[in-house]
Amino acid sequence: MYKIAAMGDKDSVLGFKALGLEVCPVDSPEEGREALHRMAKENYAIIYITEQLAAQLPQEIARYKDALTPAIILIPGKEGSLGIGMANVKTAVERAVGADIL
Amino acid sequence: MPSTTINPTRQELNRLKNRLRTSIRGHKLLKDKRDELMKQFMDVVRENRALRKRVEEGLMKAHGAFTVAAALMSPEMLEQSLLYPKQNVELDMTFQNIMSVDVPQYQFRTSSQDPGEVYPYGFAQTSGELDDAVDALSRVLSDMLRLAEVEKTSQLLAEEIEKTRRRVNALEYVKIPEMQANIKYITMKLDENERANTIRLMKVKDMILKEAIQEKRAETAQAIEAFGGEAPTQA
Repeated sequence: MYKIAAMGDKDSVLGFKALGLEVCPVDSPEEGREALHRMAKENYAIIYITEQLAAQLPQEIARYKDALTPAIILIPGKEGSLGIGMANVKTAVERAVGADIL
Repeated sequence: MPSTTINPTRQELNRLKNRLRTSIRGHKLLKDKRDELMKQFMDVVRENRALRKRVEEGLMKAHGAFTVAAALMSPEMLEQSLLYPKQNVELDMTFQNIMSVDVPQYQFRTSSQDPGEVYPYGFAQTSGELDDAVDALSRVLSDMLRLAEVEKTSQLLAEEIEKTRRRVNALEYVKIPEMQANIKYITMKLDENERANTIRLMKVKDMILKEAIQEKRAETAQAIEAFGGEAPTQA
């Protein structure tokens, strides 16, 4: 049995609670860092994290990029999308192909 | 150019030839692996982009409704309404092997199938916008789970492709040419040794022959002297 978590500022992630995801409201990057490492150690398969928070934790997220679990997926927070999620897709293409061909 | 010192011996030559054969075969296999991975990766990335767009749009809609709901209701009330979820998502994870890369696959079940069951609160005390927000979120959830699967797959594939590509290039542009140069160097050196040896043998043979002839002449001269001492002028 694996768990799914949503992480970010309270207003952005509160709604996921209704869907049965685990919600981890985070106010500061330090808190986020701690929570992320704790979740990675437990059996969380997917962690949704708001782009606003993710922008402040680039190293932590890069660390789990090549690991099988957890999958850290960026979602737009309530302030809107910062385009980091799409940029990451682009980076993956650049990494694999050597150039952005899409 | 033989960069490091190599022994120009037949044993070394055989070893190098074997390694070259293996390297060429490995290079071909890795190249095939890279091409296939790339093909898979392109499919995954296309899906990834489409899904991400859809999820981001869906979430923005949900956030919009949520913001309105938060404005209409008191924060305590809002939190209270969502505090005890009725719905529960169960997630199972299996692994699929794409060209020796393990990628996760998620199977999820929601505890109740009824879409009306997602609202964990009574309708009397909450605003309609909250219903909209929860509805929009529950709609986007299956896409979000699929996105997680696809995005992780694309990340893992990208890493593997990068690795494979480096190996292919290292073999193609460094290892194989180096081995070929070394093999050439050894064959040249061995041939050179061979020629040197032949020449030496010819020289030795010459020297021995010359000696033998001189010996023979001396012998003849001695014999003639013993006979009477005049013959050479006749001959």
